[in-house]
Amino acid sequence: MTETNQAIQLNQVNYSITGELILKNITHSFPTGKITTLVGPSGAGKTTLFRLCNGLISRDSGEIFINGKSIDDYDPLVLRQTVGIALQSATMISGSIFDNLALPLTLKGEQLSEEDANKLLELVGLEKSLLYRNSKDLSGGQLQKVSIARTLVNEPSILLLDEITSSLDRVSQQDIEKLIKRINENYGTTIIWITHNLKQAYTIGDYTVVMMDGEVIESGPSDLLHNPKTNRTKKFVRGEIE
Amino acid sequence: MNFLTLSLSLVFVFIPIVLSKVLKLELEKDTIIATVRSVVQLLAVGYVLKFVFDSENMIYILLMIILMIVAATHNARKKGTSIKGITWKLVVTFITIEVVTQTILLGFGIIPPTAQYLIPISGMMIGNSMVLSILFLNRFTAEIESNQDAIELILSLGGTPKQAIHTQLVNSIKASTIPTIESQKTIGLVQLPGMMSGQIIAGADPVQAVLFQLLILFLLLTTAVVSSALLGFLSYPSLFNERKQLLKKITTSTSDTEKS
Ligand SMILES: Nc1ncnc2c1ncn2[C@@H]1O[C@H](COP(=O)(O)OP(=O)(O)O)[C@@H](O)[C@H]1O
Ligand SMILES: [Mg+2]
Repeated sequence: MTETNQAIQLNQVNYSITGELILKNITHSFPTGKITTLVGPSGAGKTTLFRLCNGLISRDSGEIFINGKSIDDYDPLVLRQTVGIALQSATMISGSIFDNLALPLTLKGEQLSEEDANKLLELVGLEKSLLYRNSKDLSGGQLQKVSIARTLVNEPSILLLDEITSSLDRVSQQDIEKLIKRINENYGTTIIWITHNLKQAYTIGDYTVVMMDGEVIESGPSDLLHNPKTNRTKKFVRGEIE
Repeated sequence: MNFLTLSLSLVFVFIPIVLSKVLKLELEKDTIIATVRSVVQLLAVGYVLKFVFDSENMIYILLMIILMIVAATHNARKKGTSIKGITWKLVVTFITIEVVTQTILLGFGIIPPTAQYLIPISGMMIGNSMVLSILFLNRFTAEIESNQDAIELILSLGGTPKQAIHTQLVNSIKASTIPTIESQKTIGLVQLPGMMSGQIIAGADPVQAVLFQLLILFLLLTTAVVSSALLGFLSYPSLFNERKQLLKKITTSTSDTEKS
């Protein structure tokens, strides 16, 4: 049986691509309603972990529980609406910003009102005048914000954020941090946030997980970034492992 | 025309070979292979056709059509190796094309049910369907390869595989059928269609030849759209698994095809 105060529970999860182990025997739980930051050098397997939890890929072995229920018992479409993901690339479908914001609803045969679309823009701090602009005309930072807003449309109970502020300036970055905190507080949404910014990982996170070479090497309250226990985390925090 | 005049026409094979040697184009080998193959293949077909026409036996006509479908499938499947079950999907496409076109042609009495009509028209339909299938498969696999992010975005938001691949599917169907439609707009202005030219040379009334050519053109329109659309809708599900995940390794033999 599984404890329901864990939004995501991984039990000895392995994942490999063409024979190479990308995730090695991962056992870890992400608590419900908390913000967990996920850090580690690039290539550590962070994005892969997200793709597993959103159901874009399946593990080779081990168990994954989402809100206490085995991931295999979910309809894939329901799983993906429950575990929302904002991808690092902030990929857009061709069309306007409105088309992109409305996408999660149009996929369900529903419509997004212009009023709700404007509220979404306001939520992520974008000008209303952008609504009918082509997605090709926006900057990387603006697209990141659209991507976050779009993911929120499904009202996921778990939100996976993959380096969503990496192309934002400081002010936008702080706006997004406030927004995510607000979503977490108002809706009790579980947040897991991959970031390269260790200061951000510390300030925004209740908990922090450090991954390296496909393994979780350290986890606990975000304080651990200031008092790392393992040598590898110490090195990583000091910036000696990229 | 007889075999003597045909052997004289080999002059037209020597010209490119000589040019190739002089200009160091290195096309001699391929030219010779192409010539030998076309002579052997076409003569064989000619004698087989003569036999089938003389016997007027439905079994032989059916065998010929099956042979065409087998050959077309063998050719086109190389372009769709990343799609599971591509062989039978192509077979279904070609059979559908054959059944649909012949049912209408025979049903409305547009052509009589004789080998002389059935075999060449089937050949043109299946051959065209094969070309369209190859165009479609090349385009479709390329579209998927370069749009994996967009496809996975839609999946990640809870879209179905069909929704995720819709844009790529429609683009590929369009792209593969447009050449057929476009070429019909200028037909007769730039060059006379091969079949019509052949008929006229063989002594047919030009207006008769035109009427038949028009029939073929209309058939080709149906063939083009039906082939691409049918193959598309048969193919896309096999790009996903039962967990509605996009299967990786959608790499095609695109690079090989450009060479061959
Ligand atoms: N589709 C893929 N094909 C091949 N290798 C991949 C693929 N996705 C991820 N990898 C490999 O898996 C490892 C982990 O990647 P990723 O999860 O993106 O790491 P991170 O997000 O921590 O930077 C890397 O070594 C990467 O090269
Ligand atoms: Mg990553």
